[in-house]
Amino acid sequence: MIEVKIDIEKCKGCKLCIYYCPKKLIKESKKLNKRGIYVVEFDDSKNECLGCRQCAIMCPESAIEIIDNEIKE
Amino acid sequence: MKKDNPEKILMVGNEVIGEAAVSAGCRFYAGYPITPQNELTAYMSKRMPEVGGVFIQAESELAAINMVFGASCVGERAMTSSSSPGISLKQEGISYLAGCQLPAVIVNMTRGGPGLGNIAPAQSDYFQATRGGGHGDYRTVVLAPNSVQELFDLTYLAFGLADEYRVPVIILGDGALGQMAEPVELEPHIRYKLTNNKKDWALRGNKTGKHKIIRSLLLGKGALERHNRRLEEVYNKIKDKEVRFEGFYLDDAKLILVAFGTSSRICKKAMEVLRSEGEKIGMIRPITLWPFPYDIINKKAEDNVKFLTVEMNMGQMVEDVRLAVEGKAPVHFYGRPGGEIPTEKEIIEQIRGII
Amino acid sequence: MKKIYTKSKILTDTPTHYCPGCGHGIVHRLVAEVIEELDIQEKTIAIAPVGCAVLAYDYWKIDTAEAAHGRPCAVATGMKRMLPDSIIFTYQGDGDLAAIGTAETIHAANRGENITVIFVNNGVYGMTGGQMAPTTLLGQKTATTPKGRSKSREGYPLKISEMLAILDGVCYIERTAVSSPSNVIRTKKAIKKAFQNQIDKKGFSMVEILSPCPTYWGLSPQEAMERIEKVVVKNWPLGVIKDV
Repeated sequence: MIEVKIDIEKCKGCKLCIYYCPKKLIKESKKLNKRGIYVVEFDDSKNECLGCRQCAIMCPESAIEIIDNEIKE
Repeated sequence: MKKDNPEKILMVGNEVIGEAAVSAGCRFYAGYPITPQNELTAYMSKRMPEVGGVFIQAESELAAINMVFGASCVGERAMTSSSSPGISLKQEGISYLAGCQLPAVIVNMTRGGPGLGNIAPAQSDYFQATRGGGHGDYRTVVLAPNSVQELFDLTYLAFGLADEYRVPVIILGDGALGQMAEPVELEPHIRYKLTNNKKDWALRGNKTGKHKIIRSLLLGKGALERHNRRLEEVYNKIKDKEVRFEGFYLDDAKLILVAFGTSSRICKKAMEVLRSEGEKIGMIRPITLWPFPYDIINKKAEDNVKFLTVEMNMGQMVEDVRLAVEGKAPVHFYGRPGGEIPTEKEIIEQIRGII
Repeated sequence: MKKIYTKSKILTDTPTHYCPGCGHGIVHRLVAEVIEELDIQEKTIAIAPVGCAVLAYDYWKIDTAEAAHGRPCAVATGMKRMLPDSIIFTYQGDGDLAAIGTAETIHAANRGENITVIFVNNGVYGMTGGQMAPTTLLGQKTATTPKGRSKSREGYPLKISEMLAILDGVCYIERTAVSSPSNVIRTKKAIKKAFQNQIDKKGFSMVEILSPCPTYWGLSPQEAMERIEKVVVKNWPLGVIKDV
């Protein structure tokens, strides 16, 4: 499964990742980071993430890392 | 290696500045045509490629000083030159050089001002040179040659001072010095020994993982104050060690002329004429206008002397003389602004009127 | 497990000061990725502008000089002429490059200086509070055009990229945007080409990147991206403007 790791301390809540995810797997969160911003969170219980990387490509803070847990290195 | 009988050649002042820069290792020059320093720009266009250096006729004096900024950032000895109105354009760049602690040499062959003025020699940029000209708390070393040989020696010295203290250095000449031709030895009479010439601060690409930044914007709490105080320490060192002046007959003078550059040459003649008639006239010729030789003037002010400052302006260096004297002696002023050069006769008349 | 997208090593960990949804963060990342992929970090020197990106040097592990407003192209000229084997790039906003820096930009381009220019065009002066920029669109309201830019009062948006393309010293100019993933990918390709041109000693290369300013456009980050796609590109068409 593909995991979208979001560094919430870098997140500024711009929500571009939410906007550009074709599967709508990123959601607004009720969590606040240390700077008092409501961040976003990745929620993919059904393993639908395609690894298209659009969220990471659009993130202005370079806060997103994408990991493929199925690939054995 | 100093030769026993170094050869003297007849050369024009403006070109001598260029040759001195080349001797000092300057390999970047950017300039813009403006009378009366065009011979220097043209000389550099020919000379820089001959020594593997770079010459650029920039689109403006403003662009030229910023090109010098760039060359200095990467650790190269760089120079620009202009005359009064063009130096006004460079003030922003000079403030940035000072704030970033970048060495550079800026040559001003002063002409009449303000505004477009005329193309005749003047000394009316003394304030601009010594009082900042650009914004912020900073100083530039200001050197005032009065002969073609000094144009060579002081330009050569300027590069040493600039590198040693990481400051911009201004050569404050005038149109007459730039245009005149005198015999000159193309060997520096003063060689400056740098304490450290590695330039570890220069930008040459990040090879160590810790990148270098050259900046003058310091927004952090107290950061800019600390930076200004660090700059002040540098300026205090310069004031301590680099004051230069020439004194004549100071032991018995009753009237001391104070003059720099071209007016000092004429004052010297006037002084010699009056001395031959038995008058006790002396002279102090500041060679560094910043740091200004306050101490010697202050010392002499206690000896019951009068001062006469002679300048080709409406009264600029005279303010420093008054500061130096601290009210202990009378300070007179004689000036010819607008590109006029005082004559020996006028100066002698002024002196006779005072003594 | 394998990381299929990770942050460039050239970027520092410093959180940026940019507004949420600002395009600078995206462009900084693309520049960092290109420098890493071309393996030129050790010989690259950057010149930061005056504008929102004045602190760019806190975000890249690249030797950087902070130039006076508008002067990066002149500073780059001095640097590149003295260190011709270094890779010198300027990173400038619309005011820096096309208002106060117009002369320095045009003449560096005209001399064919072998440098790379990254031009971030968001149509306003962000740093100082949203004033009109040379590239502000007609009708656009800003802090100094409260009734909207008017051609009689303020003149037309300045077509600086098209102007520069006329010059023989310019080898490559492309206009891209960061308003969608495909545009961001296109922007990265253009930036890479602009750096590769310098490595290949081809001349002056520039990438103009349409970027959002949610704060001074008065829009959310998503709306700002949409404005670029629907409104801004009509005035500034994307694509290669020159490529010799």
